[in-house]
Amino acid sequence: MKKQRNETMLLIVMGIVIVIISLINPQFLTAYNLIDMLRSSIVDGIFAIGAMTVLISGGIDISFPVIGAFSMYTTTILFQAIGYEGNVILPMLTAALMGIGLGALNALFIHVFKIPTFIATLGTSNIISGLLLTFIGSKAIMNLPKGFTAFSKSSLLTVPAQVGKSSLPAAFLLLIAVAVTAWFILNHTMLGRGVFAVGGNITAAQRVGFSVGLIQLFIYCFAGCVAGIAGLTHTCLVRTSNPFDVIGTELTIIAAVVLGGTNITGGRGTVRGTLLGVFMITVISNSLIMIGISTYWQRAVLGLLIICSVTISAFQNKKKNLSRLHIQKAGGQR
Amino acid sequence: MSECLLELKGIYKSFGGVKALQDIYLQVFAGEVLCLAGENGCGKSTLIKIISGFYRPDQGSIFLNGKEHAQMQLREAIREGIQIVYQDFSVFPNLTVYENIAVNTMVVNRRKIVRRKEMMTIAGQALEKLGADIPLHAIVEDLSVANKQLVAIARAILNNAKIIVFDEPTSALTGKEVKELFKVIRSLKEQGISILFVSHKLDEMFDICDRISILSNGKNVIDGPISDFDKKKLVYYMTGKEYQEKSLAGKVQSSSPLLEVENLGLEGYFKNISFQVYPGEVLGITGLLGSGRTELAKAIYGLLPADTGTIRIEGKEITVRSAAQGLANHISYVPEDRLTEALFMEQSITGNIVLQSIKKVSQNGMFQKPEAGKQAAHWVEHLHIKTQEPENPVSTLSGGNQQKVVLARNLMSNPKLLILNCPTVGVDIGSKMEISLLIQQVAKEGMAVILISDDPDEILTNCRRFLMMKNGKIQQEYKSSDYTDSTLYAELIR
Repeated sequence: MKKQRNETMLLIVMGIVIVIISLINPQFLTAYNLIDMLRSSIVDGIFAIGAMTVLISGGIDISFPVIGAFSMYTTTILFQAIGYEGNVILPMLTAALMGIGLGALNALFIHVFKIPTFIATLGTSNIISGLLLTFIGSKAIMNLPKGFTAFSKSSLLTVPAQVGKSSLPAAFLLLIAVAVTAWFILNHTMLGRGVFAVGGNITAAQRVGFSVGLIQLFIYCFAGCVAGIAGLTHTCLVRTSNPFDVIGTELTIIAAVVLGGTNITGGRGTVRGTLLGVFMITVISNSLIMIGISTYWQRAVLGLLIICSVTISAFQNKKKNLSRLHIQKAGGQR
Repeated sequence: MSECLLELKGIYKSFGGVKALQDIYLQVFAGEVLCLAGENGCGKSTLIKIISGFYRPDQGSIFLNGKEHAQMQLREAIREGIQIVYQDFSVFPNLTVYENIAVNTMVVNRRKIVRRKEMMTIAGQALEKLGADIPLHAIVEDLSVANKQLVAIARAILNNAKIIVFDEPTSALTGKEVKELFKVIRSLKEQGISILFVSHKLDEMFDICDRISILSNGKNVIDGPISDFDKKKLVYYMTGKEYQEKSLAGKVQSSSPLLEVENLGLEGYFKNISFQVYPGEVLGITGLLGSGRTELAKAIYGLLPADTGTIRIEGKEITVRSAAQGLANHISYVPEDRLTEALFMEQSITGNIVLQSIKKVSQNGMFQKPEAGKQAAHWVEHLHIKTQEPENPVSTLSGGNQQKVVLARNLMSNPKLLILNCPTVGVDIGSKMEISLLIQQVAKEGMAVILISDDPDEILTNCRRFLMMKNGKIQQEYKSSDYTDSTLYAELIR
């Protein structure tokens, strides 16, 4: 109930923002701008699905952008080196597998050595980025295998823009696929309910017989897998493989997830809300550009938005608790 | 006697050299309510964890339905019909009622895909069996404590439960809710389910149990039908001490009140509260959960400032809008829930004791560790806190001893007024008696004490007069000599 209220609220706020911006700049509410915004939500959206899964389980993963960067960069170098000519499917699977491997490392530290998730992923993110920059490299690669560029050029929908045209890349389907998979696992499998159970009460999850270790292994491997996919998708879309593009985006993405109603302390979150949260952040940064406000303001506005939305839900909780108290009292008088 | 469902023989378990259980013998028969009694730290919890398959015994055998299970696993125990209703209920606050109830069945049967309809059917049937009316789609964190427990019980009776262990099930319930719970337990018993009832509340044992088995220091002390025991005997077997029933309350030492409260009110919680407490007096305030008793205590201490009315200490009006102001006015408050409101569980006993009086163990603003250790050692000895090493974390102590740490902290700050909010909840009888004696002692030394409790025995033992709160108002003042445990209880829930 609460999460739906949060989503409705987000939709209303987004509606208001869109109306205001399009009054200031009519260019905002055009087909090509909307498509541009969808396009720029793809990578963040995929990352966010992984981050959300971890948050639901009561953990926090800050290593996913680094995992994404490592997987995409290593995959690019690998396929460039072998002179790969085929389509993007095999590289995508490779990046996903690398992500799974690195995610398993997180799960190892978290479950076996019982390190708090924040510390564990902070550690792995430093290790991975260190290894990446030392052994593999850091120079942006512009010269991508043919399959990568072909993937970025394949379009679902193209509309004319002011200059040239704007198109929705096939990678959008990837976001949809990841989202649907996550939605199905989280809501329709016992594994997914286990993720919620661990996030709600980890001791109770153990007591009713969930294998908490396996659930955590799944969570971090899934987040890693999704990060690998997001990383390579980013490389394809911008036609450059530059690790520094994605490293450092973790807080914005976690912010988007929280904005979408996922509980930072675990147990609650929806795929729909997360996608809304990501889109909201794209809308804001896009609209700030459209009305001519410096991009430096984006962060300030984003911060304000998060604080407002959390404050509102805290306030609603307080009101709810108070009314519950009165109900209990009324019950006592009977 | 009917058939024996569960039999434990010669169970030993130690943790890092500490012997938690030694040569334990326990039988549970079909359709009985067996009480497992003993003070905190006597090994009850360890024994439950062995029965549930959470721990393996170092030695000994477990017979379930006549079959030996040397290495029982958690899932195996569940399949064999053993269920635990944990003290903390172990529910998932973020999930719906039906998921909470049916999840166990789904996991044990190794299901992969969620079938909500099936889960709802299972959950609905379980609730019906209990006669509970809880909406299946409600989120569990929105439920009352009693309903959360019902959800936990509903989960337990699935999977062909044959034995249900209730681990201190009444510690978070109000008197009325306890009655409801006992009805449920009796109906489970009628359905042929055996109950292992773990508790240290004497009245409840006599009320609900058929048989009792007492542990002390990890060993069997005695077992037998409950009718063979009376309160005195039970206390003796559990603690090795004699039970005191007479009132301990001392005399008021001065005719001028230490604390005067006039027309105190806080919107939504309480109003028109007026009373006085005299030096050397232990004033009781009783009332059920939600009557405003806790909010009143917090208002006097400053944690939850009142909107209206005045508070005077030794005739001088004071403003308390924060705990710091309360302390500055020599008021000290022992909160209701020591785990979440008072103690830093992973910090040392010493650290927890000196916390409120850090200035007393500091010089020129620098913390003096040796002095802190000395002062803490004094309190550990004075209050008989059972520990080998005051530098150990508080979490290593039993409930009763943890509560003594809280009391030591409050007493060390040398208050004139001590407010105790349910000081013996979840504390075993031995420690409860010690805490009562301590309360009387500090009152005798001239402190004024407010004792908030919904335990009639505690109020009548400690206080000469007491106030009753209902729906945020003080009903009237009562004299303890006019009441017995049961008449006061009746008055309380009326």
